[in-house]
Amino acid sequence: MSASASPNPKPPFWTIARRDAAAGYVFIAPQLIGIITFVLVPLGLVFWYSLHEWNVLAASFNFVGAANYQMLLADPNLPQVLVASAIFSAGLVILNMTLALLLAVLLDQKLKGMVVFRTLFFSPVVVSLVAWTIVWSFLLQNNGGINGMLAMIGVEGPNWLRTPTTAMISVVVVQVFKNVGLNMILFLAALQGVPKELYEAARVDGASGFKQFRRITLPMISPTILLTSIITIVGSLQVFAQIAVLTQGGPGMTTTVLVYYLYQQAFQFHFFGYGSTLSILLFVIVALLTFAQWQLRKRIVFYEN
Amino acid sequence: MKTDLSPRMKTALYGLMCVLLIPFVFPTWWMITSSVKPISDIFAFPPDLWPRRFDFSTYAQVFELQPFARQYWNSAYIAALVTGGTMVISSMAGYAFARIKFPFSNAIFMVVLLGLLIPSEVTIVPLFQIFLGWGMINTHWPLILVPIFGAPSVFATFVMRQFFIALPVELEEAARVDGLGRFKIFWTIALPLAKPALGAVAIFTFLHSWNLYLEPIVFLSSTQMFTLPQALTQFTDAYGGAMWNIQLAAATMTAIPVLLVFIVAQKQFVEGLAHTGLKG
Repeated sequence: MSASASPNPKPPFWTIARRDAAAGYVFIAPQLIGIITFVLVPLGLVFWYSLHEWNVLAASFNFVGAANYQMLLADPNLPQVLVASAIFSAGLVILNMTLALLLAVLLDQKLKGMVVFRTLFFSPVVVSLVAWTIVWSFLLQNNGGINGMLAMIGVEGPNWLRTPTTAMISVVVVQVFKNVGLNMILFLAALQGVPKELYEAARVDGASGFKQFRRITLPMISPTILLTSIITIVGSLQVFAQIAVLTQGGPGMTTTVLVYYLYQQAFQFHFFGYGSTLSILLFVIVALLTFAQWQLRKRIVFYEN
Repeated sequence: MKTDLSPRMKTALYGLMCVLLIPFVFPTWWMITSSVKPISDIFAFPPDLWPRRFDFSTYAQVFELQPFARQYWNSAYIAALVTGGTMVISSMAGYAFARIKFPFSNAIFMVVLLGLLIPSEVTIVPLFQIFLGWGMINTHWPLILVPIFGAPSVFATFVMRQFFIALPVELEEAARVDGLGRFKIFWTIALPLAKPALGAVAIFTFLHSWNLYLEPIVFLSSTQMFTLPQALTQFTDAYGGAMWNIQLAAATMTAIPVLLVFIVAQKQFVEGLAHTGLKG
């Protein structure tokens, strides 16, 4: 490429290192431009919007500084929304992780037909989310399948989706059964990666099955537990379709989680400014939780490679 | 780890697992059987585990009440484009972050990882404004562009990077000595070895796109443009009550093809997801 006429040719500009660096930038360019366009710029915009009183229907867009944040603090609905989110997320994460670990331990036993069980436990993961939710909505109707079966054994079931406590339990449980298979197979892979010699040594020392589980299994799979718990918590904060299909946030506001409230404010009541303020709140919560879990890593996780 | 289970213990384990299976398997069974019950039997007491009368007209009504074939196509082609696009973008970016030395690569990787912290629910209001400005409301562009280029693909890039880091570098070194360019090495050597990781990326990208619900109801307004999750909730009578058997027929048609693909390829599905990337 460089002029070849000169008697003392300079080293070519396109050295292997430079060519490599250029290739690197080309390889990451689509992702980086995408992140800037569809994540970082929108994040900046959502903060900018949150400083405005903006009603789309009234076509008003006025800078109001921190007024939306003052409104947020004074919002009489917010405590209820945050409590609903916290109950949903805590319930989901605890149930999901416990059940996933239990199923993984069961599937880890050397028994015939485990592949069939694994396939069936995993199957709801591949069923369309809204289809899955609709079936459960059908099952949980007051005169639906679950209450019908309860009635056959002489139990009068509650109106699951119209009673505050059972509505929350329902949305949590429906979501747990939908996705627990994912964590289950991650745990199963982790369990199968624990060196067998550790158990043999423990058995020689006379450690019981439970003690082996607590002292060997749990510490050895702790990196997987941490990673799946982060993914599960962040995922639980994004729940929307299940709420929209099962309860529409009700009864009252008992199952109105933050994303559902945000959707209502922005896209049903057309308060884009306040909706943006709620988005910032959601972002801060996700960021804080993720940060806290990475900090916990050092204390809880036994080893890392 | 335990080979010495007694027969009684085995029976107990099988029994426990069969009971635990009920909430995982029964809903799908109930969905399929209820979708062919006439509306009068749908809330029959006692509940019928097998329909006492069959009414297959529900399946025809799905297509009469909505442009369901069109909606099916919408969901399918969007999911296919998003899956293909994400595989290209994330394998290239993941490879570069894992293998190629270039200035600021770590800093840029950190910026990209921010996408994991910012779920698209956080940015849905400005995304709506951006696509409004581009004249793309009530088109499928937001459902294609945001997943491929935005936050959802970051996880895919992360998985690909972890995979390429764990891949031995010697094969590529030999090719470099032979003077092969980066793109050639990526395309002919690294990428074919990355099939398990690509498979995992394809599976969760497809499922993510197939399940999208908030984005379609924000961006799409005409039934012709709807995707399946959105369409499924539209089977209501004049009073807004759900037409259960028709809704369940539509849900069955949505769920069964993916379920069948999964059952045929379950080994690749489960092992691909379990053994890829997520370990780091």
